[in-house]
Amino acid sequence: MENHYFVDSDKLSEAALKKKHELETNPASRTDHMKYMEGMEQIKSDIMDKVITEMKNYDYSQYTARDVNTALNHENCTVEDFKALLSPAAEPFLEKMAQRAKLETQKHFGNTVYLFTPLYIANYCENYCVYCGFNCYNDIRRMRLDMEQIEHEMKVIADSGMEEILLLTGESRAQSSVEYIGEACKLARKYFRMVGIEVYPLNTDEYRYLHECGVDYVTVFQETYDSDCYEQLHLMGHKRVWPYRFEAQERALMGGMRGIACSALLGLSDFRKDALASALHVYFLQRKYPQAEISLSCPRLRPIINNDEINPLDVHEKQLCQILCAYRIFLPFCGITVSSRESESFRNGIVKIAATKVSAGVSTGIGDHESKYTGKESEAAEGDEQFEINDGRSFDKMYKDMSEEGLQPVLNDYLYV
Amino acid sequence: MKDDKLVIGGHEFSSRFILGSGKYSLSLIEAAVKYAGAELITLAVRRTNSKEHENILDYIPKEVTLLPNTSGARNADEAVRIARLARELGCGDFVKIEIMRDTKYLLPDNQETIRATEILAKEGFVVMPYMYPDLNTARDLVNAGAASVMPLASPIGSNKGLATKDFIQILIDEIDLPIIVDAGIGRPSQACEAMEMGAAAVMSNTALATAGDLPVMAEAFKQAIEAGRKAYLSGLGRVLTRGAAPSDTLTGFLHD
Repeated sequence: MENHYFVDSDKLSEAALKKKHELETNPASRTDHMKYMEGMEQIKSDIMDKVITEMKNYDYSQYTARDVNTALNHENCTVEDFKALLSPAAEPFLEKMAQRAKLETQKHFGNTVYLFTPLYIANYCENYCVYCGFNCYNDIRRMRLDMEQIEHEMKVIADSGMEEILLLTGESRAQSSVEYIGEACKLARKYFRMVGIEVYPLNTDEYRYLHECGVDYVTVFQETYDSDCYEQLHLMGHKRVWPYRFEAQERALMGGMRGIACSALLGLSDFRKDALASALHVYFLQRKYPQAEISLSCPRLRPIINNDEINPLDVHEKQLCQILCAYRIFLPFCGITVSSRESESFRNGIVKIAATKVSAGVSTGIGDHESKYTGKESEAAEGDEQFEINDGRSFDKMYKDMSEEGLQPVLNDYLYV
Repeated sequence: MKDDKLVIGGHEFSSRFILGSGKYSLSLIEAAVKYAGAELITLAVRRTNSKEHENILDYIPKEVTLLPNTSGARNADEAVRIARLARELGCGDFVKIEIMRDTKYLLPDNQETIRATEILAKEGFVVMPYMYPDLNTARDLVNAGAASVMPLASPIGSNKGLATKDFIQILIDEIDLPIIVDAGIGRPSQACEAMEMGAAAVMSNTALATAGDLPVMAEAFKQAIEAGRKAYLSGLGRVLTRGAAPSDTLTGFLHD
């Protein structure tokens, strides 16, 4: 089974349709995804080679129940142990893995769970990534909030009690310039204790500029660490350049950011290999930048506007849980974020095992927080969503639910000093 | 025993158990303080909320002395700024310096800690630095104006107990300030052992946070720390390790 990604909007011109089909069917019409485009900084780093070599050599079918047992009996989880825990042989050990993961989480995080919310400020995009609701060929309502609108959104969110925010844009330098993002971040610092960004990859000096604007945390998802598969899913635009994206977190740290987050989008490619590469990506980054705060996310594919059949294929909740337990056992000190792509029941369960951060009061649309939070119909225009969320709990509800699960919600864990 | 007080920077405490608060529910703080008999409790300045949602300060009984920590600081300058902020927030003059450049093991940076101690002690803070047990560092901390020295027993959160036992003993023997064992104490028996060695107090957080019943564990720690202190004061610990006398003396040949 596979996902069918290609959808033609009847609003596209004949020329646009022709180009779209050419990109979809003729690999020769696409640019070299391994070649940096003009203006993209190239840094010297051996992390990419290390991660990719490990991933390519990973044959998870070779691992047995014995390897999994050995891994679970080791006090410190080695890379080899981690590979065993991610393999199909570990599936029958899920409960044992969960027990171990819970212990590790408790040791490092006690019973705390962090809450945050994302704020999408623009959904223009110059890329054709076939699975994404924001892709340039998808017929959605586009929007870019101006500073006044952004401030209004922030006030609504801050009033709900939230203290940490993650600012997101579609990947368009033309529509959402670095300066535009920077101004939004300065505003965010007025209303929130912690500001993170999830925007298109930037050069070191641009990360440094955004750090000065108040950003301290950078999230970039690699989508898939299999560059050949990546090439077939990201058909056009800057995002197509795979190595530039891979090195984004390292450039962010070089630019002075305190922390970074990595992940693959599970369901795009071989999820076991992608999970291995995601964890090794942060593992090697932490070894090189020991002061960096690192975290992993675990997004699975979700339906989008105009294509409600997109799904994460063989990554069911059990597999996702296995991945998260393996992450926790391998990287006990690493933050793990579980977004509203997952259901209420999954998130309630996983925070007791491995996750340390969950989103609440989520909208992946543009400029719709007031209508979503208050039910009040907005007179202003709203932009469409990136994907359908699966857990619509408000901040208050999430705070209450987490407390009832025996956890202590934490709204802020950082001081700008 | 009655007059046996812990004195830190001129402040007297009857309890020798310092509570960490960062890893468990705020609603349990009151019970933990009560059952542990704690008079000093740490407070992560970075965790304090700016809004009305569950402020940790509301959960800490008024008679307890706050020990704000500088967790999150990566160098002396950041630690100093966090300490000053704590003072502005009304958390008093005590500060526990925590400076880490490593997010995996959270091991303290001794060099930066000395620098921060020097600055903050001059500003009138009661400085309690968390450190890796090293005698030279401890001496520098004394000279920098620290009010106590807080060596780690083992990696924070590990519950592994006195992995650095011999080095902590050296600090106890050589340093004239209270030596407070911090980080890694996972069981009451380990806390008791630290007190038998002559530690002035023990600090713990994870051991309580990961316990099945937090108030009961808090009480167990309280009793273990008291037992260890009594053993130390009675001298028994020393007698056991160095006591047995040979029947024929080695110096019997000496005549004049």
